Amino acid sequence: MQPDTTVLTRRAFLSASLLAGGGLALDFTIPVQAAVPAGASVLGAFVSIAPNGAITIMGKNPEIGQGIKTSLAMMIADELDADWAQVSVVQADVDPDRYGPQFAGASLSTPTNWLPMRRAGAAARDMLLRAAATRWNVPIDQIKTAKGRLIHGATKRSLGYGDVASAAAMLTPPDLQTVKLKSPDQFSIIGQPTRGVDSGRVIRGEPLFGIDTRLTGMLYAAYEAPPAHGAKLRSADLSAAKAAPGVKHVFQIQGAGGPGGVVEGIAILATNWWYANEARAKLVLDWDMTAAKGHSSEDYAAQAKALLDANAGIDFERSGDPAKAMAGAAKRIKSRYDYPFLAHATLEPQNCTALYQNGQIEIWAPSQQPQPGRELIAKELGIPLDKQIVHITRIGGGFGRRLNNDYMAQAAAIAKALPGVPVQLLWSREDDTRRDFYRPGGWHEFEAGVDGDGKIVAFTNHFATFGADGKSQRFANMAERHFPARLVPNLAFTQSYMKIGIPMGALRAPTSNAMAFCFQGFLDEVAVLGGRDLPSLILELCAEDKIVGDADAPDIAPKGFHTARARAVVEKVVEISKWAERPKEKGRGRGFAFYFCHQGYFAEVVDVSVADDKSITVHKIWAAGDVGRQIVNPMMAEAQVRGSILDGLAQALEGQKITFTDGAIEQSNFSDFRLGRIDRNPDVEIAWVLSDFHPSGLGEPALPPVIPALTNAIYAATGTRVRSLPIEL
Amino acid sequence: MNYTLTINGKRRSVDVAPEMPLLWVLRNELGLVGSKFGCGMGVCGACTVHVDGQAQRSCSLPISDVGTAKIVTIEGVGATPVGQRLQKAWLDIDVAQCGYCQAGQIMSAAALLQQTPKPGHEDIVSGMSGNICRCATYDRIQKAILNAAGKMEAVDAA
Ligand code: FES
Ligand code: FES
Repeated sequence: MQPDTTVLTRRAFLSASLLAGGGLALDFTIPVQAAVPAGASVLGAFVSIAPNGAITIMGKNPEIGQGIKTSLAMMIADELDADWAQVSVVQADVDPDRYGPQFAGASLSTPTNWLPMRRAGAAARDMLLRAAATRWNVPIDQIKTAKGRLIHGATKRSLGYGDVASAAAMLTPPDLQTVKLKSPDQFSIIGQPTRGVDSGRVIRGEPLFGIDTRLTGMLYAAYEAPPAHGAKLRSADLSAAKAAPGVKHVFQIQGAGGPGGVVEGIAILATNWWYANEARAKLVLDWDMTAAKGHSSEDYAAQAKALLDANAGIDFERSGDPAKAMAGAAKRIKSRYDYPFLAHATLEPQNCTALYQNGQIEIWAPSQQPQPGRELIAKELGIPLDKQIVHITRIGGGFGRRLNNDYMAQAAAIAKALPGVPVQLLWSREDDTRRDFYRPGGWHEFEAGVDGDGKIVAFTNHFATFGADGKSQRFANMAERHFPARLVPNLAFTQSYMKIGIPMGALRAPTSNAMAFCFQGFLDEVAVLGGRDLPSLILELCAEDKIVGDADAPDIAPKGFHTARARAVVEKVVEISKWAERPKEKGRGRGFAFYFCHQGYFAEVVDVSVADDKSITVHKIWAAGDVGRQIVNPMMAEAQVRGSILDGLAQALEGQKITFTDGAIEQSNFSDFRLGRIDRNPDVEIAWVLSDFHPSGLGEPALPPVIPALTNAIYAATGTRVRSLPIEL
Repeated sequence: MNYTLTINGKRRSVDVAPEMPLLWVLRNELGLVGSKFGCGMGVCGACTVHVDGQAQRSCSLPISDVGTAKIVTIEGVGATPVGQRLQKAWLDIDVAQCGYCQAGQIMSAAALLQQTPKPGHEDIVSGMSGNICRCATYDRIQKAILNAAGKMEAVDAA
């Protein structure tokens, strides 16, 4: 379910037209699919400048708290030399022809939009300049722009953008590939700490989120889904639920197949969601649990142990002769690591609003990638794409949960059964916890050998995970050429697979959130074995300048791993945390970890103390990050880093785990799947390493290293090595 | 059953079951959607409102227990001096990420400052620990409360 990124950097296309009521409407498409006819008056154009100078920019991607609605508009407005105070940002509907990919995931919105957004802004500015040059009859290079105005210094004349917007609309747009962009020192909006464009509405409690959608005559729906993954409905008596207070309709929905779409169950619609949800207790349902049998977290853990014992994994990555090198090593170490399944627990439970009438459906979807949601509805419910209007709402937390569109298909299925009635489907917290696409658990055995200087000569990892036919299932995989592959002479990664009937998906920093803990924890053991510390071991592995993985591509942040960038963040965090002088006292210690994912590099140090009663206090965290040469919005960037770090700490320290027996999830609410609270809010010091690369995203890469930095710190404080999550000392 | 409530200074009448929690009266009967649903069992604080000045979890308060108490929600808290200062402080350092928890956070913070106008770190932790922020904006929540209480120099954003 991850977005296809191959099309994102293709040539963009621009068209200009007259705004209804006068002014410039600029549309552009990435990639080119349908250009708006020139001269047509356009509503909801990508960028529009009204005669009074007001600038409207469409927010093309879903806003999940990552600040993208603000930061993409900042990119356009800066190149346009707009007055930020005159800019408003409006959430766009789903329209792939106009906006190209519209998703919030994989920290890709910044890297994939960095140049296209700026080029659009620069193109608009270019057209305004040309219109002003004609108006004044002066050479274009004598005109300057600033804060939404065109200035001719020699004659002390100036015009607002709105004054020439209609004239600009008649000009041919420039070629987006060659339009001149600012140099970073010319930025006036990018790089400024900028408040979220919706923050005022948030703090006043105005309707913004999917769950806040209100339509006249709307009914509220609760949904009784199978109590266990794999369970099938044998029979249902709906009569008592139908008679419950406030209830208007109760009916069965047929499942369409997999858990990612319409799941079979009973829809209850009432005038108030509370009535609908209460009526669930009156349903008399007989579930066939046969297919759910055997899907138990304990069984998988036992199977994984047997697979690791058998040590017959399939090769995933191999170089040199690890067995021979291991045998010849001065010292060897072997360890096993594991981590549990996790839920996403977005604070806004899954919900979606839909209205079906006259063969057409209109949907209000809090989805991280609503475009595949439309395709799902077309496929499973037979409503063609051109009969769907999909509005994107603000989203109360994504974390990867809303890359799936099951709730969207479910709402559409309910609405389709009740033509003309607007329907809001809402899940209870218990539904949300039990019908997730979980971060898969995983089990690892590592072995490493070092020479007399503590240098790694052999390294192996055997990963017991979920999959079949010699392949791991998506999100139960590990990255190709995972660190330290290609940096150690003799190395083997092998994998063994188990079949699973529990839905799995991407959780913030997918795969990395788990791999970092295992690999960086084990590498810390290797460093200790070799009589050194982990920063020096990583620096040694990365000593030679090279790129592991994909070669750099033009116009986008590099995908491959640059050893030089790794060294720079390691050195930075060592410096700001004064690692070399770290205090060594009983019960208190510091740990370090480094990780590269989602095109970003983070090295982190955690200062922790462990009391006699085993309680853990995190005092401070230092984080050094490299996400390219430009931090677009420093305020939101720091918020993402802090949020990611606390998210990782909660995974490790709050006992977070999802367990299941015969396909039924055992956790239900925040009482047994606990999130971090304000009492664990350590000081976080962030330092940016500005490397000379295009910027990449920040939704994810700061999370993975904090967990091993914490467990390595616990080792430093106590001598106890944490090899299993969540932490139980 | 018919109930007449005083919400944000206005009288509103509803006809609902006595067990219906106040949250669902606000959100689904009265169109006041600022108070949010997170857990439905009193453990996340997203639904926090003031009942006679006390912070309460509206998801766990049956309408029949409200009686004549005065209810203030996020939609009305800006009319109080403390609410106004908090909302300004929240904007100045831009506390929100996804924003979903923030109504509940502000309502808990307002109740805290009404009782403890100059809170220390411990007061903030105990006053705010019932409110989950999944995005973990805790650092800025703490700063905004201190700013609103006049304890810190406000850090201004663009
Ligand atoms: S919804 Fe009321 S405390 Fe969570
Ligand atoms: S801002 Fe997202 S839950 Fe608090």
